[in-house]
Amino acid sequence: MRLTILERGHSLGTKLLFAIIRAASRQPVLDIIKLVRYRPDFYGKPMGAVTHEVMRGASTWSVGDRELMAAVIAKANHCAFCTEAHAAVARGAYRSDEKVAAGLSDDAATLDEPLRATLQMLRKLATHRQVDASDMRAVLDAGATREQILDALAVSFAFNTVARLADAFEFSVPTADSHVAIASSVAS
Amino acid sequence: MSDISNARRALLARILDGEGRTPSTQRRAAFENSSSSMIEPLRSLIDKVASGASAVTDDDVADAVATGLSEDEVFELVVCAAVGEAERQYDAARTALEAALGGG
Repeated sequence: MRLTILERGHSLGTKLLFAIIRAASRQPVLDIIKLVRYRPDFYGKPMGAVTHEVMRGASTWSVGDRELMAAVIAKANHCAFCTEAHAAVARGAYRSDEKVAAGLSDDAATLDEPLRATLQMLRKLATHRQVDASDMRAVLDAGATREQILDALAVSFAFNTVARLADAFEFSVPTADSHVAIASSVAS
Repeated sequence: MSDISNARRALLARILDGEGRTPSTQRRAAFENSSSSMIEPLRSLIDKVASGASAVTDDDVADAVATGLSEDEVFELVVCAAVGEAERQYDAARTALEAALGGG
């Protein structure tokens, strides 16, 4: 990572926790964990409350849908770390590799509405940094409710933040086997 | 429906107005990506975080630190820049949604 404090600036108790994680998992501590555990009162704790509500709070979108949204937003931000992590959890939640691949490529033939239109709007928002009323009408016309769109925008808020930090601080992208564990810890 | 309003407000209040290594005014400038309030090379770093963080380089961060900022100060300002851009997109999209629902 680009800041030494995020690698080695943690409190003694947190360093001990990291040692336990490394010993138990036989894996390096993930950079997202190092970020949220560094001065956690400033960013990690308040952002964790947002992320938990977004990804696991009440919603008519399934956990798989929200994980796929997170992966799509991360991909639009060119964030390899977040894309792989959340795509892995979406694959597990859906028990389908094909649906996640379709979502990441916007394959209209495979995805049901209103998820397809919602993903398209989220992709446009992250890419162009804005959407207009016609974009939202397309999602409403595809069958999404106001509440569903607001829930999707909450996912957007969280992962437009996290993806930026992952890229700015240069998170390492772990091996494929680690992705499920990564995303589970991000969302918890 | 998930409700992030309280958690989001608490996050913004903490990073912008809570205790920090940088003055609140500087954190708010990074949050707003307000170029007139920052000098180079910090201005470029903050703008890249907002406009496309995948373009941030090792040199961008090292150059910001080399101006005399501590790593803690850079950490705070980058966090504020990232949350600020996410907040702008969130606000713009909700405005677009209400316009669509209102027939705008």
